[in-house]
Amino acid sequence: MTDATDPGRRHSAGHHGGDRPVDPVTGHETTGHDWGGITELNTAFPRIVIWALVLAFSYSVIAWILLPAWPLGHDYTRGLLGLDQSEEAVREYREMERARADWLAPFASAEFAALASDAPLMARAMPAAARLFADNCAACHQAKGTGGPGFPNLVDADWLWGGDPEEIAETLRVGVNSTHPDTRVSQMLAFGRDGILPAGDIELLVDHVLALSRGEDAADGPGAELFAENCAACHGEGGVGGLGIGAPALNDGDWLYGGSPGQIRTTLRQGRQGVMPSWEGRLSPSEINLLALYVERLGKGNRNEARE
Amino acid sequence: MTGTLSISERQVGLALAVALTLLGLVMAAAARQGPMAVHGAIAAALGLALVFRLGGALYDPEVPAGRRQRFYDAPTRFGIALTVIWAIIGMGVGVWVAALLYWPEATPPWPWTSFGRLRPVHTTGVIFGFGGNALIATSFHVLQRTARARLADSISPWAVLIGFNLFCIWAVTGYLMGSTQSKEYAEAEWYADLWLVVVWVTYFVLYMRTLARRAEPHIYVANWYYLAFILVVAMLHIVNNLALPVSLAGARSFPIWAGVQDAMVQWWYGHNAVAFFLTAGFLGMLYYFLPVRSGRPIWSYRLSIVSFWGIVFFYIWVGSHHLHYTALPYWVQTLGMTFSVMLLIPSWASAGNAIATLNGAWHKVRDDATLRFMFVAAVFYGLSTFEGSFLAIRPVNSLSHYTDWTVGHVHSGTLGWVAMIIFGAIYTLAPQLSGRETMAWPRAVEWHFWLAVTGALIYVVALWNAGITQGLMWRSYDDNGALSYSFLQSVMAMAPYYLMRTIGGALFLSGAILCALNTRATMRRATGAVRAWDRPLVPGPAE
Repeated sequence: MTDATDPGRRHSAGHHGGDRPVDPVTGHETTGHDWGGITELNTAFPRIVIWALVLAFSYSVIAWILLPAWPLGHDYTRGLLGLDQSEEAVREYREMERARADWLAPFASAEFAALASDAPLMARAMPAAARLFADNCAACHQAKGTGGPGFPNLVDADWLWGGDPEEIAETLRVGVNSTHPDTRVSQMLAFGRDGILPAGDIELLVDHVLALSRGEDAADGPGAELFAENCAACHGEGGVGGLGIGAPALNDGDWLYGGSPGQIRTTLRQGRQGVMPSWEGRLSPSEINLLALYVERLGKGNRNEARE
Repeated sequence: MTGTLSISERQVGLALAVALTLLGLVMAAAARQGPMAVHGAIAAALGLALVFRLGGALYDPEVPAGRRQRFYDAPTRFGIALTVIWAIIGMGVGVWVAALLYWPEATPPWPWTSFGRLRPVHTTGVIFGFGGNALIATSFHVLQRTARARLADSISPWAVLIGFNLFCIWAVTGYLMGSTQSKEYAEAEWYADLWLVVVWVTYFVLYMRTLARRAEPHIYVANWYYLAFILVVAMLHIVNNLALPVSLAGARSFPIWAGVQDAMVQWWYGHNAVAFFLTAGFLGMLYYFLPVRSGRPIWSYRLSIVSFWGIVFFYIWVGSHHLHYTALPYWVQTLGMTFSVMLLIPSWASAGNAIATLNGAWHKVRDDATLRFMFVAAVFYGLSTFEGSFLAIRPVNSLSHYTDWTVGHVHSGTLGWVAMIIFGAIYTLAPQLSGRETMAWPRAVEWHFWLAVTGALIYVVALWNAGITQGLMWRSYDDNGALSYSFLQSVMAMAPYYLMRTIGGALFLSGAILCALNTRATMRRATGAVRAWDRPLVPGPAE
């Protein structure tokens, strides 16, 4: 321990009564108290602190006069400015809405062809649509719309519920297996768990679906008849999909729930029922239409290639 | 521990340990499964360990007669050891969760390793584990020295420390198991809260009884702060944690407050946890260790008293500034904002008083890293109280709220102010309690100082940038009235800042580890020497 921290060194200097010791550095007296070596100077209260308190208090008084501030039983002082935070918030929301009206209002009509051909309008609206997508859709469909396990890819040529803007807008509005009364409903049966098909048949179907996905001619294969009886109603003859009822095409290399034999087996055994929330109420009809056009354009390049 | 207790005290301790064991068994048996059963088992195991420890020492020789003429420092030593252990746990988890924000895909697949469960382990670990143990340990020391009286009894300090740490262990293990009240800084469930009330009342009674025995008629200002800390934390803790358990045999409960009232009570608690746990108690620490280490008298007695009452009076109003632009009525927000601004004056008066105290000792600040810790703490205290008052102004808050600026602000207070003053206190206390002149490794203190300052600055500057960037991105609109950025873009923009804050935190943690090792080495090389003047004027109670 250094002697500076040795309170005993100064201990005898600072006891009660008599002349209070003077601190040589500041020239101020101590208070005469001594707590095991600690002393305090009797420095006068600094003027600047008083002025600072006055200043801070004046700021507060002005704020109390202008703003809602003090409770009065069942009421409170309203303040001269008469501000109300919910009114303020609503007013500001309205202002923002007015600022957006000139380009967002046209999307209230679902004339998608006309909207899409209005190049200046689209140039003004599409950047906003990109942020709508990032804020509302990207959590599942990914930032670039490429999807992931359980969440469809939106930039390829495949559509579960149709790829026209009208159909996309409807999917956005009602959702899939959602709580909306008009929701789109899709349910792949749990062929294994519910005992619809024996395990052997499921294995045949796994092989058949894998063959379809590789583009092989499997029409005479052992699973073909099983496929026609159990799967084609939703997935189409030969698994071409595109029926707009939520069942994906199986004759390409794209998979919603994975394309390994194990993943296909799991899908067949336990079924699938993807969920997309309904956006009606959360997004305005104009915003839904705007997003529908945005999503339709997302993978336009890929889709044109696919059609050619 | 047992060597400093008389035979009758060991018997009382043994009875308490048996009671704790039984309490743990009853809890475990009643709950049968889930967090409460685990917590019962932990309490029973701790109780049993104490039974063996005290029972085994029951027939050891009686303590030497002279102990009444000495200060009772064994609990302080134990508390300091717990302080540095919790520092490593709390800061270690903090660095880990900071890294998870940068590498979220590194989250392991087990539920207890998820960010949401680990984050309260960090906050509880550092606030209550590290900060709380430091406060309790130093309060025992400061109280005895400034009252010049030995602690009023020898059992309560152990009960307070062991009981408080059981609360901390219950809290953090509960979070890992997913048990939480979902109230920030008050996540621990109802039985842990009740337990803490018992511990806290014991602490308050011990403090008052010792203070009542003081030899110096005037109560030193540090004790005012420590007392405000003990008393107000009890009030905050009880009111905010009023809850109805779903069952007495389970860990779930519902708060009795609902809706915006619950939010207001929570932030009245939350901000005053900052005020009375992280400020008042640590100001007590500053007011003791700064004059001791610098060898200077407190610059102004009057300023210290006015600041105390200013801080205590203004702070209790300001919690509503956490709820600007919410369902909370505007008038409550205005009061919170204006009292926050007035609070700046006593806060700066305290910081100024501390810095002016160093007049005449600046050469020591230059040469002594321990004193430099305290100086930097006072500077950061001034900075973060200014920042706090500024952020409480409603329009400023509309930019900063919900951003990492808030997190940066809290860390400028906790890393820069709270942790620095703790380290200053530990480096002053550890040698003294070991009967040594210096720490075992004096050079490591210097290293720790620079690691801590660099780490804190990197952390705080990174999160200032992060928070202001977020706030501006969220409120940017294109000229067509559409938002300029999606939320996702504002998240991705955080990557460099989150990396920097992880690095800053890691530097700070390495300093704390150095401190823990240094403290351990110092205490292991204790000489047992006691300076002649370091004795109470009022001996312990007659035995």
